[in-house]
Amino acid sequence: MSLYAMCLAIPARIIELSDQSAVVEIGGVTREASVMLLEDAAVGDWVLLHAGFAIERLDPEEAEKTLALFREMAAAGPDADPDPDADAAEPQ
Amino acid sequence: MPIPIPMPMPQNRSNPFEPFRDPAAAAALIAKIRGSWDGPPVRIMEVCGTHTMAIARHGLREPLQGVAKLISGPGCPVCVTPDGYIDAAIALAEAPGVTIATFGDMVRVPGTRASLERARAGGADVRIVYSPLDAVTLASADPAREVVFLGVGFETTAPTVAGSIITAQARGIANYSVLPSLRTIPGAMALLAADPDVKIDAFLCPANVSAIIGTDAYRPLVEVCGLPCVVAGFEPLDILSSVLMILRQISARTARVENEYSRVATPAGNRKAQALMADVFEPCDADWRGLGVLPGSGLGIASKYASFDAGRKFGVAVLSTPERPGCRCGEVLKGMIDPPECPLFGNACTPESPVGACMVSTEGACAAARRFGIGA
Amino acid sequence: MSDEVILLAHGEGGKRSRELVEKTIAARFANPLLAPLFDSALLGEQAGEIAFTTDGYVVTPHFFPGGDIGRLAVCGTVNDLAVCGARPVGLSCAFILEEGLPLVSLERVLDSMQAAAREAGVAIVTGDTKVVERGKGDGIFVTTSGVGVIRNGWRPRPETVRPGDRVVLTGTMGDHHLAVLIARNNLAIAADIRSDAAPLNGLLLPAVDRFGGAIRVMRDATRGGVGVTINELAHAGGVRIVLEESRLPVSQTVSAVCEILGFDPLFLANEGKALLIVDGSAANDLVSLLAGHEFGRDAAIVGEVADGPAGVLLRTRVGGLRAIDYPAGDALPRIC
Repeated sequence: MSLYAMCLAIPARIIELSDQSAVVEIGGVTREASVMLLEDAAVGDWVLLHAGFAIERLDPEEAEKTLALFREMAAAGPDADPDPDADAAEPQ
Repeated sequence: MPIPIPMPMPQNRSNPFEPFRDPAAAAALIAKIRGSWDGPPVRIMEVCGTHTMAIARHGLREPLQGVAKLISGPGCPVCVTPDGYIDAAIALAEAPGVTIATFGDMVRVPGTRASLERARAGGADVRIVYSPLDAVTLASADPAREVVFLGVGFETTAPTVAGSIITAQARGIANYSVLPSLRTIPGAMALLAADPDVKIDAFLCPANVSAIIGTDAYRPLVEVCGLPCVVAGFEPLDILSSVLMILRQISARTARVENEYSRVATPAGNRKAQALMADVFEPCDADWRGLGVLPGSGLGIASKYASFDAGRKFGVAVLSTPERPGCRCGEVLKGMIDPPECPLFGNACTPESPVGACMVSTEGACAAARRFGIGA
Repeated sequence: MSDEVILLAHGEGGKRSRELVEKTIAARFANPLLAPLFDSALLGEQAGEIAFTTDGYVVTPHFFPGGDIGRLAVCGTVNDLAVCGARPVGLSCAFILEEGLPLVSLERVLDSMQAAAREAGVAIVTGDTKVVERGKGDGIFVTTSGVGVIRNGWRPRPETVRPGDRVVLTGTMGDHHLAVLIARNNLAIAADIRSDAAPLNGLLLPAVDRFGGAIRVMRDATRGGVGVTINELAHAGGVRIVLEESRLPVSQTVSAVCEILGFDPLFLANEGKALLIVDGSAANDLVSLLAGHEFGRDAAIVGEVADGPAGVLLRTRVGGLRAIDYPAGDALPRIC
């Protein structure tokens, strides 16, 4: 039962690489993917997978910042809004 | 940049999106959203099929009821693909020696006379693929047949289609071509924002499209329309925290581009993908089902790659076709009415037998409303 | 003999037909009810209501991790009996073979059917074999029918389902569906997923013996998966059912493949899982009983019957709520 094949993109990790073709892994499942849309893909990179292509790199540090932001947002009292410009907005 | 990087996401083979679906954090965010707003419900339009599906799949409308109204705009590429394109695809499918390769979403979409599913039942060779590269592989495996990939999508999919053309060219595969129906999102958003019928307070900007085009692409839009634009990831916590960011902007009476999806989307986007698109495609006018022709909002295949353009190769034209009588998809796509307000919804128009664009794809606003029901 | 193939002559009623039936098929299924090769199997007198079911199997590929078309054909029919509370008494099997099918493939299927039948404690007591010209079949189609006897007067009573009842699922969702899809080898995906094809009579009938009418109804969640089956139950009983996403068992691997391909595990087919609706007071004991059986290890209470119009809702893990409706038909080929 296909839910959303066409717009589907998911995070996965490159575990093998040869030329423009990679094997990516997600939750113990592996799949072939092209890395021709990325500059300098490397084994170990997290990527966003869409229609058989890694379409962009996923930055684990930014992911961790976003998760920290969730925790912060969820923890603070009734909307304290610490500093809207200090969050992940508009990275330089 | 191949420096060893810390891996915050679980490495024990569990799924990397789990932290973005944490129930406790979701509950806290929902409480926060509900506690931070006492005005009339804020109308937020998402323009990304993945958001439509995520909101529906995780049931996010119900807990936000009364605070934020999430409206599904023209973010589903299948939904905005006009009848004339399907007719052209079917004409190709019925030509001798032609194999149509397509994402699964397209096969049930009705054209003016039939769907690809019907054409297949009538003997046409229609194959479902998960990647345009699978279509190139089909072509390479069977040089006697012409393989035509239905290149339908937004900026997320466009570079993959471009990639397939470059790959076919590099491998000398001449029996591969693409029938393009590629569209660009920011222009459509600008048009919606400028439409006096469309009453929205903010945009939830797409995740995957933004990964390609970059978050700076929305700056001109914000300047013109003055609506908050938050680029949001497609996990439930992404969407909830983006809603909170929007509420904060509205409370502060500001409107700017914020990027909740900073783990993937950067201000400049994926330059390599952009360069590939610029090489393979050229802007064209595009007919959006429900919205009409939007100048410069489409991507056609550039003349130097004309031999990979199925339209040119087989002399097939995508004709404009009138909207179906009674269908109010245009108003649904603009967020003017909710799916159940259309008289055809659930009666003449169902996922099994769709009349309008929005019921056609699983990503469509009406299909999601029908399929996931509650609060849609 | 390993390169022997099925010929049209194997279906023409002559010597080759007899050889195939007697030496290849009947010899494997050997049992006293089949042995006389009468035109009907004589099952003897039975005490209790008779249950009778049939199902056709056309799965491609014929062999996949965790099972094959033969195991499926036996388990499917045994399970259709089991969810009606019936102990299987005898199975029939009818083969439609395509000219050119390697004999070893047929033999492998037959061995698997016999193994599954033995596992279920039932005999294959009658059958038929036809051969069609090359190109007119997909190697092998199997149709099995089954006769069973209902124990202790239990029968499915969807009309007795009422608010407060619990929904119990006997294990993880989607394993069979994905095992078959991945075995087709055209998804460019590698994942360690095995079909759950299994006979459920040993799991379900003791539960019926112990809990009787407290179990309102049972269904195996095959084609259309848990999502379709639970809808059918809700509409048959005219009740609202609320499932809890966090309680629905899904293996991590199945869940990852679903993310990659955009599938909803609720709508993936299973061949060894049943849904039961049970009186709320018996639910925990039922789950304990099921969990003690190898095919019920992951059994869980996954939802409850609530007040409200007939239909199915899902409380999502992140606290949302959505309806679970019948799917609109999908782009995937058949998997069972």
